[in-house]
Amino acid sequence: MGWYGTAVKRRDVLKGAGSLVVSLAVPGARRAMAADDRPLWRALSPAQLDTYLKIDETGRVTAFFGKMDMGQGVDISIAQIVAEELDLPLDRVDVVMGDTALTVNQGGASGSTGIERGANPLRNAAAEARRVLLELGAEMLGVDAGEVAVAEGAVYLRADPVRRAGFGELIGGGHFDVRLEWNGSYGNALDALGSAAPKDPSEYRVVGQPFPRRDLPEIVMGTHEYIVDVRVPDMMHGRVVRPPVAGSVPVSVNIDSIGAIAGARVVHEGDYLGVVAGREWDAVRAAQQLEVSWSEVEPPFPDMDDLYDHIRRAPVVRESAGGGRGADVAPDRDAVEAALARADRVLQAEYEFPFQSHGSMGPACAVCDYRGDSATLWTGSQKPHYAAEGVANILGLPAGNVRGIWVPGPGSYGRNDAGDAAMDAAVMSRAVSRPVRVQGTRAEGTAWDPKAPASVHFARAGLDAAGNVVGYEMRMKGFSAGDVESNESNPSYSYAGALLGWPNTSVHRLSNPGDRYGFPVNVRYWQTIAPLLERASPLRTAHLRDPLGPQNHFASECFMDEMAVAAGADPVEFRLRYLPDGRDADVLRAAAERYGWEPAVPGPEAPPSDGVVTGRGVAYTRRGLPVVAVIADVEVDLDTGRVWPRRFVVASDQGIVVNPLWLRRTIEGNIIHAVSRTLHEEVRFTPERVTSVDWISYPILEMVDAPEEIDIVLVNRPELPPYGAGEPSTRTVPPAIANAVFDATGLRIRRAPFSRERILAARRASADRQPG
Amino acid sequence: MAVITLDVDGTAHRLDVEPEMPLLYALRDELGLNNPRFGCGLAQCGSCTVLMDGQPIRACVVPVAAVTGKVQTLSGLGTAEEPHPVQQAFIDEQALFCGYCMNGWILYAAALLESDPNPSDEAIRQAFTGLKCRCGSHSAILRAVKRAAATLSDREG
Ligand code: FES
Ligand code: FES
Repeated sequence: MGWYGTAVKRRDVLKGAGSLVVSLAVPGARRAMAADDRPLWRALSPAQLDTYLKIDETGRVTAFFGKMDMGQGVDISIAQIVAEELDLPLDRVDVVMGDTALTVNQGGASGSTGIERGANPLRNAAAEARRVLLELGAEMLGVDAGEVAVAEGAVYLRADPVRRAGFGELIGGGHFDVRLEWNGSYGNALDALGSAAPKDPSEYRVVGQPFPRRDLPEIVMGTHEYIVDVRVPDMMHGRVVRPPVAGSVPVSVNIDSIGAIAGARVVHEGDYLGVVAGREWDAVRAAQQLEVSWSEVEPPFPDMDDLYDHIRRAPVVRESAGGGRGADVAPDRDAVEAALARADRVLQAEYEFPFQSHGSMGPACAVCDYRGDSATLWTGSQKPHYAAEGVANILGLPAGNVRGIWVPGPGSYGRNDAGDAAMDAAVMSRAVSRPVRVQGTRAEGTAWDPKAPASVHFARAGLDAAGNVVGYEMRMKGFSAGDVESNESNPSYSYAGALLGWPNTSVHRLSNPGDRYGFPVNVRYWQTIAPLLERASPLRTAHLRDPLGPQNHFASECFMDEMAVAAGADPVEFRLRYLPDGRDADVLRAAAERYGWEPAVPGPEAPPSDGVVTGRGVAYTRRGLPVVAVIADVEVDLDTGRVWPRRFVVASDQGIVVNPLWLRRTIEGNIIHAVSRTLHEEVRFTPERVTSVDWISYPILEMVDAPEEIDIVLVNRPELPPYGAGEPSTRTVPPAIANAVFDATGLRIRRAPFSRERILAARRASADRQPG
Repeated sequence: MAVITLDVDGTAHRLDVEPEMPLLYALRDELGLNNPRFGCGLAQCGSCTVLMDGQPIRACVVPVAAVTGKVQTLSGLGTAEEPHPVQQAFIDEQALFCGYCMNGWILYAAALLESDPNPSDEAIRQAFTGLKCRCGSHSAILRAVKRAAATLSDREG
């Protein structure tokens, strides 16, 4: 029997309100959805209007969205955009996302493109639907299309508005059967155009309004379903068994060691090892008690104290002044040397950024039900379409035979451990021929998730006698960001895939800082080095919120401050000297204005030696199209080393604002997450293993250190499309805080995070340098 | 295995489990409850928080045999029709992202306001020591707790 006949039982066919609604008897498919005409086993066509929109007999609209919301309210913005084009009240639009049987692959959550790209096909489909509804309405009313208009979910006669036909009467439950012009792409690039043009933004009434999220009440009432809550009949619980030394693999396994645990079984395929049991607690105990002899391996990592020197010393694998995914571009080193030779003064500095963990609030969880010729995957992954494809690949099934159902997980900030858990559940389900739910331990969520790469940044600048920049060079050297690519369709990128012998397909890439400074000579390039351990490494790298943004801009925006100080300039004014007029300069000015910035050269008049001191720091960045500027007010306690960023002023231009409430929330969450990364987060390791295994060995921000105020200025640009606003503010936070610490203390901290120990050590070092 | 009785959200349950099984596994797997969630299993984050006789405890480390009082979970705190003022304040402030951490924040806030209906900023921050939120809800949570305190004092006054 095919999977749609088993896993998806199309029972519970409800006849309600005259409409045929199929409620899918599948955990995670909580919303009853109008799916009667949506054969679950057939791939949806991105070129069909019906793929994106459905209108039921009551005129209620369901939008089928192929990206994801991970807690930033993207789905409510999508509903606003669809409601806008259809002239519908927002509460008549539902959004379905994350089910591969119901939505096309628009790339999942990816690079803050939920609105920037994900909204386009839905906006176009809704505009096209409105055109069709107008025609149908005119026909039903027996008039020309020019005589009717749309409002409140109905087509009405302009001359006599009581003569009207509701959307439900016009199309309710039926198909539009209208083709869209699809660009042939899946994923982020998917787009589809209709013949009708979407509205002009000047007419917007729903877009631009601050609507609350819809899932919040259930969450705070404790009734929201998360991925960890999925239970399917006959389900077993699985746990991965990880080696004591990174890179070692199981040689032999003593199955008797868990013989006393009822129903516990070992899954040992290739170098992959896990346990499965009927009850979760039994699986936890079996994973702990299983006796394994592991292969002897050389400890793969350097001493942690040697990390940055290891990076400095390591041979370069790939170098480019271009983008990580494009062809190599040779950096013009000669131009830099020539410019620096002409300079009056040369500044140089090196900045260091550690490995960081996603450390999602819950270790990843997934459930897979493998049925021989098909499978169903329940996942918290932010890319369920790709995750389902990956599961199909690792199970050797055609992609169409695996249905992926996203169920909200703990917040996800990139390619975290969820992408591995999906594969783990698939491999274990196949091994025991039962549905298996896998959830990690805290150590697996922190020590074994893919990491943001560690790096060293080498900055040089030449200033002339008047303090003008004549040449600039910024070089990032570090571990490639692409050990694990975020598209989860390739099992090679998963922990299980690596141990089951899928060939290594990691790529070498990093990136350069994003800004618009117009230095006369401006050379930026990056260099990757080899990974410390090729496969299944706890330090393998992947996307983590604003990938490479915090690293690169910690260096570039701190160095801007160092240049301003050297030039005896105010850091806002100094930046504006090199920014073209327009969005970048406007955003920086907006932040300064809201803050009430009075020009001054950063730094204390005399370096304080103890007590609590305060300072302010600025940073401006660009992430492709969105532009952000941040000013931080920071308090530094020189006796304890505590850095407390009390207040942030943020100015953000992300094109037109769709939902100001959730845009503000999203920026606020980003800032706070980035404060945590700046002050606390550093993955620790020994030569044998990662030793950041919990919230004590991988401390993160707690409430005592949370900012008091985050004041956000939204620079609305109704003339521009919406740009990805989810992540760009992240990258401004490490430099803004570092610059404020300098302003307060005169200490230039060039290594993140700014832990208490690091601040105290910097204070001691500077006291040693100061005579008497 | 041992027979253990648990009073959860006003309903009495009899379980036949290992006495050392953490309460979290008993609530989730034996009773099929969802909202207390595994975050660390080490009493370091608060995702698994429930109230025992009104006091927050970390269900991931408390053996089921050690549970002597009445257990209240987040879903037992209020109902959709009649939310607890803290729950209402979290909705009004839109004070969360993924919400995976919310058992801890909401139940600790409810317990705090029970003992100190008008807490200072500092008292709120201190009361939340040991709770984690990975998505950065902290500032919004502070606003929500203050809003809940204001609602409660309006009701009293
Ligand atoms: S799961 Fe219990 S405190 Fe983290
Ligand atoms: S809202 Fe995601 S962990 Fe708190």
